Amino acid sequence: MATQTDDSQIIEIDVRTDEMLVNMGPQHPSTHGVLRLVLRTDGEIVSEVTPHIGYLHRCAEKIGENLTPRQWVPYTDRMDYLAGMNMNLGWALVVEKLLDYDLPEKARHLRVIIAELGRIASHLVGMGTFGLDLGSFSPFLYAFREREKILDLFEEVCGARLTYSYLTVGGATSDLPGGWLQKCEAFLEQFEPVIAEYHALLTTNSIFVKRTAGIGTMSPELAIAYGCSGPVLRGSGIDQDLRRDGEERYTEMYDGYAFEVIVEKDGHYPRDHDYPAVPREAELGDSWHRFYVRMLEVMQAIDLIRQGIDRYSTSSGSWGEPIKLNQRLPAGEAYLETEAPRGQMGFYLVSDGSAIPWRVRARSSCFCNLSVAEVLCRNILIADIPAIVGSLDVVMGEIDR
Amino acid sequence: MAEFLAPYFSTNWQWVAYLLVALVHCALLIGLVAKGALLFIWLERKVSGRIQDRLGPTRVGGKFGWLQTLADGVKLIAKEDVTPGDADRMLFKLAPYVSFCASFAAFIAIPFAAGWAAQNLNTGVFFVLAVLGMEVFGVILAGYASASKWSLFGAMREAAQVVSYEVPLGICAVVPVMIAGSMDLNVIGERQAGWFTNWFVFHDPFTFITFWVYFTCSTASVNRAPFDLAEAESELVAGFHTEYSGLRWSFFFMAEYGSMLVVSLLAAILFLGGWNGPIPITHLVGLTAEQGVLTGVVGGLLGIGNTLFKGAALVTVMIWVRWTLPRLRIDQVMTTCLKYCTPIAAAMFLGAALWNLSGIPFLNDLAPHRAPLEVREALPNSTAQAEPPADGTEQPESNDAVAQGVSSADHETHVAGPVQARR
Repeated sequence: MATQTDDSQIIEIDVRTDEMLVNMGPQHPSTHGVLRLVLRTDGEIVSEVTPHIGYLHRCAEKIGENLTPRQWVPYTDRMDYLAGMNMNLGWALVVEKLLDYDLPEKARHLRVIIAELGRIASHLVGMGTFGLDLGSFSPFLYAFREREKILDLFEEVCGARLTYSYLTVGGATSDLPGGWLQKCEAFLEQFEPVIAEYHALLTTNSIFVKRTAGIGTMSPELAIAYGCSGPVLRGSGIDQDLRRDGEERYTEMYDGYAFEVIVEKDGHYPRDHDYPAVPREAELGDSWHRFYVRMLEVMQAIDLIRQGIDRYSTSSGSWGEPIKLNQRLPAGEAYLETEAPRGQMGFYLVSDGSAIPWRVRARSSCFCNLSVAEVLCRNILIADIPAIVGSLDVVMGEIDR
Repeated sequence: MAEFLAPYFSTNWQWVAYLLVALVHCALLIGLVAKGALLFIWLERKVSGRIQDRLGPTRVGGKFGWLQTLADGVKLIAKEDVTPGDADRMLFKLAPYVSFCASFAAFIAIPFAAGWAAQNLNTGVFFVLAVLGMEVFGVILAGYASASKWSLFGAMREAAQVVSYEVPLGICAVVPVMIAGSMDLNVIGERQAGWFTNWFVFHDPFTFITFWVYFTCSTASVNRAPFDLAEAESELVAGFHTEYSGLRWSFFFMAEYGSMLVVSLLAAILFLGGWNGPIPITHLVGLTAEQGVLTGVVGGLLGIGNTLFKGAALVTVMIWVRWTLPRLRIDQVMTTCLKYCTPIAAAMFLGAALWNLSGIPFLNDLAPHRAPLEVREALPNSTAQAEPPADGTEQPESNDAVAQGVSSADHETHVAGPVQARR
C-alpha cells in the first residue's frame, strides 16, 4: 500500500500526496520479457523510471570462449530471438573478417534475402507488441499471421522456426531449396497490400496517434549521447544506417542494391507519398516516428528482397559452403557491427590462434536503446511507459545475453 | 401475478404469495444474467476470433465451442481461492459480490416487454442508472482491499472514470425521458410503438446524436475498451482484479458482462424502441394483450425477443469496438468526458427540448406509412382503463385519440405539434 506518513497531523493540516515506489516487472504483461522497471509515482504521474536488467543472463559470451565459432552460431540465435537470422549474420561476418574470407556472390544475395525477411519478421513483432502495449490486440495477431508465413519460409530453408542457425561462417548451411524463391515472391505479393491494414488500425488511428504523438520525444543530441541506434536513432531524424554507412565487409553485401535510408528530411520520409501522412501532432523523435520508421523499413525490406531475388537467380557459383566446424582461426582480433532490426549489433572476437576464440563479446543495441528510457520517462503518466518502452522495441535476450 | 396467488393464502400468510412471486422473478433474472454472461463471453471469444483471423473456441460442446465458457467456469470453481496475506480479508471477499449484485439488481427494473419487468417502477430509468453506479463500489473495495499497488491504481482510475461518465450518461438518458414525459421504462417503450420511425433515436436529429453519446458513455461507464483503464492489462497488470482468482474473479467478470447487457438493454429501451420491432408485426397480426391473454403472452415473448436482440446487438458492437481500437490514456478519457461528452449531451438535451416545443416534423411524421400508433398507459394497474385499440388503429387520425389517451403534458405537446404541422 501507499507509504503513509506516520504523523497523522501533517496529513490533516497539509493535504498532500505521497510518493510510491512501484515495481513494473519482471513479470508484467508489457515489459517485453523480463525487464524490470522501478517507478517512482505520485498517483498516475511517474517522476522517475529505473530499468533493471539481467533476468535473462545466460552466459552466452562465456560459452563462446569454449566453442568454435560455428558451434557458437546457435547461441547468437538466442540473443535476439526475434531476429535470429540477423544475429547469425552479424557473427558470421565478424568471423569471416578475422579469417579474411571472401564470400561468393550468390551467398551475398542469399544473405540479403534472408536478412531482410528476418527484418520484416522482427519489425512485425515489434509493431504488433507496440499495439498490444497500447491496448489494441488485433494488429498483434495480424502481425503474427504474416510472421508465420515468413517462419514457414525459414522452416523450409533450415528446418527451424525461431532459432535458425542458418547463416553461418562461410555462407549458409545449405542452399535455398527449389521453388523457394517463387514462394517468397508469392508471400511478398500477398504481404504488401496487407500493410495498409496496419496503417488503418495503428498508424493513422486517431487514438493511436493521441497515445504516441509527442510522447517520449528524443532529441537527436540525446539519441547520440546515449548511443541509440537503428529505428530509434533514425526516428529522431539522424541519417545513419550501417547498411550504407557501415564497414565495407558489411556494406558490400548491399552493393548495387537501390535503397534509401528511412529518415525524415524536411518533414518527409523517402517516397512517403505511398504512405499515410505524418500527423500534425507528431514531432520528430517521438514514439510515433519510431514506430513509423519501422513500418517504412518493412516496405523497404520488401523492395530489397525483390532485388535480392532477381540477383540471386541470375548469379552463378556457390551458395557459400560453410567453413569446417573446427577451422583454426588466425591470431588476432576483429570487431564488426551490422544493422540488425533493433539497431547496431556488434560482435567482437579475439583469437589466440586456436580453433576456439579467446574472447567473444557482443555489443547490444537494445542495451543503449533501453538506457535512454530513464531520461524519456520523466514526469509522464503510467500509461505512457508502455508507449515509450514499447516504441524502443527492446528484446531482453539481447540485452542480458 | 402476486394478486392471483394472494387469495389462496389466509390473510396473515399473504406475504408468502409475494415472496413466491419475487423468487420466481429472481430465478428468471439470475437465469438471464448467468446465461447472458455465458453467451456473451462465448460471443466475445468467437467475435474476437473472427476479427483476428482465427477460429475461437471450437472443441468444447461441438463445432462452435458453445460450452467453452461453462468449461472455464468449472475450471474457475476448481481453482484455489487465494487471499493475499496483507489483504483486508473481509472487504476483499465482499468486493466481488458488491459488484455483481449491483449489476444484477439493475435488471430488476428493466422491462423485457410491455410490463414484463421483475418490478415495474415508475422511476425505472433513475433506478437502473443509480443501481448500476453502485458497481464502482465493488471495484474500489477490491482495489483498496487487495493490498496491491496495481489494484489501487485500477480502483482509483475506475472511480474517477465511472463517476465522471455518470454525468453525461444521465443527461443522455434524460432526453428520452423528456420526450416520453415519464421515467417509467414501460411508458418510454410504449411511446415508441409502431414503425421504427417512432423510435426515439429517429425522433429528431438531436436524439440521434444523443444515442451515440449515450453509447460512448455507457461503454466508458462499464469499463469496456477503449475505456478499459481500470484493468488495462498492458499498464496495470490486471488492474483492480490483479489479486483475484477462481470464482471471485469470475464474479467480477460476470458483473462486467451483466453491466454491458444492462446498459445495452437500457439503450434499446430508451432509444431503439425496446420491445417494439421495426415493423409492428404484433399489432398488425393482432398479438396484443387486448386480443386475449394467450395472444398477449405470445406478443410479449416476441417483444422479449426484440429487446434481447437489440441488447445483444449493442453488446456485439461493444465487443467489436474493443477488438479494434487502442486504449485511451486516463487524461484523454477524462477529456473526452468533460470536454466533449458532457457539453454535447447538454446541447443535445437543449436541442431536443426546443425541437419538441417547436413541433417541426421529422422522420416519424414524414414517413409514408403512419404507424398504428397505439399508446396506452402501460402500468399494470391501469391497463383496464386503456381504450380498446382495435378500432381505428389503421387510420392515421388515431393520433388524436392517442393524444387524449396520454396524461403527460409534455407528451401532448409533442404529439399535437406534428399533427398540426401536417394540416
